[in-house]
Amino acid sequence: MLSLSVNGQSYPVDVPDDMPLLWVLRDVIGLTGTKFGCGMAQCGACTVHLDGQAVRSCVLPVEAIGNRAITTIEAVGNTPSGQKIQQAWLEVDVVQCGYCQSGQIMAAAALLARTPQPTDQDIDAAMAGNLCRCATYVRIRAAIKQAATGKAEILQTIGSTPEGAVS
Amino acid sequence: MKRFLLTIVVLLLVGTGVYLYLNRSDSSDGTAPAMAGAPPAADVIARGEYLAKAADCAACHTVPGSDQVFAGGVPFRLPFGTIYSSNITADAATGIGGWSDDDFVRALHDGIGKHGEHLYPAFPYNSYTLLSRSDVLAIKAYLFSLPKVSEPNRPNELSFPYNQRWAIGFWNAAFFKSQRFQPDATQSAQWNSGKYLATALGHCAECHTPRNFAFALDHRQEFAGEVLQGWRAYNITADPAHGIGSWSDSDIASYLSTGHADGHGSAAGPMAEAVENSLRFLQPVDTSALVAYLRSVPARAGLDPIAVDTKPAPALASSDYAPAGDAQANAQGLKLFEGACASCHQWNGKGQQTPYASLLGARGVNDVRGNNVTQILLHGSGQRSEGASVFMPDFGNAYSNTEIAALSNYVIGHFGNKQGMVTPDDVAERRKQL
Amino acid sequence: MSTGTFSPKPEQAVDLQRRQILKSSGLAIAFLWLGGTGAASAMISARRQPGDTAAAMADGNPPFAPNAFIRVDSEGPVRLVMPSVEMGQGIYTGCCMLLAEELGVGLDQIKLEHSPPSDELYGIPALGGQITGGSTSTRSTWSVLREAGAVARSMLVSAAAVQWHVDPSTCTVDRGVVHHAPSGRSASFNQLAATAGRLPMPDKVQLTDPKDFKLIGKPIRRVDAADKVKGATQFGIDVRVPGMKVATVMACPTFNGKLASIDDKATRRVPGVVDVLRLDNAVAVVGEHFWAAKKGMEALVIDWNRGENANLTTRQLQDAIADSARNGKGIVARDDGARPQGTLVQSEYQSPMLAHATMEPMNCTVHVTHDRCEIWTGTQVPMRAAQEAAKITGLPAEKVVLHNQYLGGGFGRRLETDWVEQAVALAKQVPYPLKVVWTREEDIRQDHMRPMYHDVISAVVDANGRPAWFGYRTSGGSVLARFAPGAMGKDGLDDDAVECVVELPYDIPKARVEWIRHDMPPGIIVGWWRGVGPTHNLFVVESFLDELAHRANKDPLEFRRSLLQKNARALGVLNLAAEKIGWGAHPLPPRVGRGIALGEPFGSHVCVVVETEVTAQGEVRLRKVVAAIDVGIAVNTSSIEAQVQGGVLFGLSAALYSELTIKHGAVEQGNFNDYRVLRINEAPVVEVHRVVNAEPPGGLGEVGTAIAAPALANAIFAATGVRLYQLPVDRKLLVQNPEALKSVASASAREGSEVA
Ligand code: FES
Ligand code: FES
Repeated sequence: MLSLSVNGQSYPVDVPDDMPLLWVLRDVIGLTGTKFGCGMAQCGACTVHLDGQAVRSCVLPVEAIGNRAITTIEAVGNTPSGQKIQQAWLEVDVVQCGYCQSGQIMAAAALLARTPQPTDQDIDAAMAGNLCRCATYVRIRAAIKQAATGKAEILQTIGSTPEGAVS
Repeated sequence: MKRFLLTIVVLLLVGTGVYLYLNRSDSSDGTAPAMAGAPPAADVIARGEYLAKAADCAACHTVPGSDQVFAGGVPFRLPFGTIYSSNITADAATGIGGWSDDDFVRALHDGIGKHGEHLYPAFPYNSYTLLSRSDVLAIKAYLFSLPKVSEPNRPNELSFPYNQRWAIGFWNAAFFKSQRFQPDATQSAQWNSGKYLATALGHCAECHTPRNFAFALDHRQEFAGEVLQGWRAYNITADPAHGIGSWSDSDIASYLSTGHADGHGSAAGPMAEAVENSLRFLQPVDTSALVAYLRSVPARAGLDPIAVDTKPAPALASSDYAPAGDAQANAQGLKLFEGACASCHQWNGKGQQTPYASLLGARGVNDVRGNNVTQILLHGSGQRSEGASVFMPDFGNAYSNTEIAALSNYVIGHFGNKQGMVTPDDVAERRKQL
Repeated sequence: MSTGTFSPKPEQAVDLQRRQILKSSGLAIAFLWLGGTGAASAMISARRQPGDTAAAMADGNPPFAPNAFIRVDSEGPVRLVMPSVEMGQGIYTGCCMLLAEELGVGLDQIKLEHSPPSDELYGIPALGGQITGGSTSTRSTWSVLREAGAVARSMLVSAAAVQWHVDPSTCTVDRGVVHHAPSGRSASFNQLAATAGRLPMPDKVQLTDPKDFKLIGKPIRRVDAADKVKGATQFGIDVRVPGMKVATVMACPTFNGKLASIDDKATRRVPGVVDVLRLDNAVAVVGEHFWAAKKGMEALVIDWNRGENANLTTRQLQDAIADSARNGKGIVARDDGARPQGTLVQSEYQSPMLAHATMEPMNCTVHVTHDRCEIWTGTQVPMRAAQEAAKITGLPAEKVVLHNQYLGGGFGRRLETDWVEQAVALAKQVPYPLKVVWTREEDIRQDHMRPMYHDVISAVVDANGRPAWFGYRTSGGSVLARFAPGAMGKDGLDDDAVECVVELPYDIPKARVEWIRHDMPPGIIVGWWRGVGPTHNLFVVESFLDELAHRANKDPLEFRRSLLQKNARALGVLNLAAEKIGWGAHPLPPRVGRGIALGEPFGSHVCVVVETEVTAQGEVRLRKVVAAIDVGIAVNTSSIEAQVQGGVLFGLSAALYSELTIKHGAVEQGNFNDYRVLRINEAPVVEVHRVVNAEPPGGLGEVGTAIAAPALANAIFAATGVRLYQLPVDRKLLVQNPEALKSVASASAREGSEVA
């Protein structure tokens, strides 16, 4: 019987040692905010934090966790960076289908926690492992910047040209 | 004219004599040193199973992922064509069910098939010739205890003259010697059993010893490393810079039994298969014996020696989650790494989620030609051990030669602190292998 | 491009005006077969009948349920039932805006509900059924939902007026409260619900004057975002039912292959494995959790009967379809008579099979008991899914209860019901609720893929290079023929196959357009893929138009402009995009190019300019994208931007990387390592600009995808001089010279540098 510390709560779980954390969270504990996308660390949908570090839970055997603290999307809002990221995500209106977004937010929150003012390169390095099939990338970038600077990124690049005004 | 004819006849006779002499069989039975994991000869099938695993018969005779155990059909792409391994189940029609003990012994000791035909030396009779007769028969007993699989052998695809089996006799005359394992009385019992494991059973040399122009092992360079089927088998001599001289005993043991040693990377490709199918089944005492023997192999630098940078500056300057130092270098490779690789391998190369993903100290990333880095990127690698499966996806299908080359060079630069030399054309070449 | 001289024939006058302007386009045409013009009014007047207890149970028995979309309880938020499904396109927000605008509530005062299966109540008029697809939702429900909101508001106002004995026209509504200013009275919708529920439907309602819109036309944040950023949204894959077990499946990898036999001894030894179930062509391992099921599947020894496709390869399919395109007998979609005199120019284009790869793999939870089948899944076609389940279980339709969920991406994949059918067939075999979750590999290998196409496109050009006639022979499998055979057009024409090519935006007097139906071998099932027919047709037409421009030595922008003088809306987006990117303003660095593409898919008008660099070693780096769109009246401008950005990048991702290939009769790809998808570090900025007008709304969700590939191909041509006749981009063709591949691959010299 392993004991996992998830979002500040301790869960005794009786599962095979090699079972990836993702399935323990989703199918045993019942925290379904963490998503399954590929099962081979290629998409980032399953990203959670281990002691604040973004990891891919789909390839993380539970036995390797030890007593490190697990944080999932359900509780990342309790961390300062997670809170900022979620807020910016809402303000910039990032999500589309939303399926990848738990992972995106976990990756972005980990980035912001260690690099409060990320450059474009920092953002790429932290976020390139997270796929979004809806391709919300443009707004993800904007939202991370907004979370970092507190300055409103332009929500709309959309410039409206009145009828007939185009030449 | 008569003299000339006579000379010819004499030469032919002498030649035949020499040929026959050099091809003579050593009919002695030999004795195997004690191995902790191999039950005594009385429990012949159990012993045979242990030996068959140690000899990694499955690697060549079972198609990976197939349930047709020992049914053959595994392709070996050699520079001169493709050879397919044969069915060695006890099926009478397609396997070796009709082979007598002597037939089987002759195959392993002398490289001669049931019908007197020469076997290609891709089958490591060069090594198995060292096995004791009773060990050979234990292996046979084990094979015959398994389900028979009806699976006809696939014809080899070799070009002339390599499709001429008789020519192997000349090859044997030049490069092969039928002989049993001779214990070295001046060495410990442990060393002797280690040597038996490494040479007769494990046939490490078949991959790790360089080959000469005729594709025969160059024993002067024993264990100094070679490239086979696109993969580089590394230098496993005691050379501290280029071999495994600086590894601790437990590092080597761990690598052999789990496919990974902290600070030295993980086995991939054929070595991962050897661990999965063979080496992980060795009893720890036998693994130690193997280590003890490998330790004694004289240091050699080998060709294209690889020096491992144990403290690669770019990786050490990086954190778990972000690159440093070389962020601008090889931007294309870096971009690919951050997308598909960093979440497992990490920028500091420590490996996340599993220690198998650690790249620090691995020889692959220190090889400026990037043989194995390219191979593993193209074809992936998988290994199942201790119940857990570790795997690296293959990226060959969706990534261009230029991308694979750029990524290889980035990885070599970042984790090996060397200027990688992989070109897109190299990758194109390597795609054709394996 | 091959050219040849065409023998002269007398020219015929063509009257462009005689052609009917299509009222709808895209998939919408395809579905008109049910022709449900009456559906809209049914939806609006669908008031629950007194005594219909089942309906009352289902909708929570609110005192006021004036139609299929609005429920007002005596306390709590107003509940809105969404006719379309939410798969990322933002339709829930759009629908809420339309309803809330007229109803008079704030978006923060509502609660959303997925609609239950019902063609009658939630059928999209243009599609004739409860289907979300074809970028039709807003176009179809634009008036319906506003009217539904207005009806409800009018009844709530009447309720207040009755209570207060005042003239309803003296009452106002603001954020869910009816006010009577003269008397200072006010009452909330909750308080008025019971009274309103007893009033009759009004005969007429007044819709809000667009100039008074509070929501419509503004950038509005999504109503489903708050839950999605907290991981609280329930997707199909997140459903948990008491007593549920989890299965994963493997269907025969070879198309149309069957299950021969299995050996499950090792599987049953895997801890947590509960059951091994079989279907005709698939096997499922059931576990206490997905991991057990997956491990069990790995341990399973399966023998497939690979069937007649066992040796099929992509190459065989390509050759056969090319032959059809060149020599097959076509069904004529448009023919304006004899070709005019001039030079005949001709090219052939190929488009690959594509997977949807929705981020959420296919999944479905089912509980079948002797008299009931309950289903939880995310589907674009709830009614069809429920009907299939009824067939499989043999239960009457009303005994099948389907709970739709949020969709982790649709892109057309969830217009199918195959995985639901499979899950029902498996769940039927067991007493417990069964959740079937596909691995990513299964999701890609068992996709109902976007068909491959082969097209022969030609034009007769005059001495100035201006096209006077245009010919198109397109060959491919028909999605429609399977999906809705009744919707096939005259002579068996699949309108989707020629969408955006029968009617070109350009002033080209004559055309002949043919579709050569080329069915795939049995077992290869082709499906709708975001952008459907237009995605492939626009790639061909707009690439070819670029060829004509270059052939005429004209700038591609100028060339298009000269052909758009009669089409103000198309010209509008063309000029806007060109202006915003600064077309022609500065010379571009070597091997950097811009490509332009224009189209009128899904009732909208769009122009995209892609700017890309191609390295000496042939790698494509996207630098910038500018899109100009005319969707007519805008519902949510934020959503327009998001959909165009996402849609364009989705299309670019496919054009750059995506292709399903077949070997031994099975799909070779399986996961994101080999079915590659665009990542954030490859994604350029996508600027979206809109031409503002008050035309009826056009489609949106697929527009960006449909126009992306030709803009990229044209940009690559501009950068390298290499015309791409086949997707995805073959980077080997783009290598500057063979020497480049002999040198170490690393950054190009200009990497990262900004170009003035
Ligand atoms: S599910 Fe873990 S990275 Fe995709
Ligand atoms: S929002 Fe749909 S996959 Fe990212």
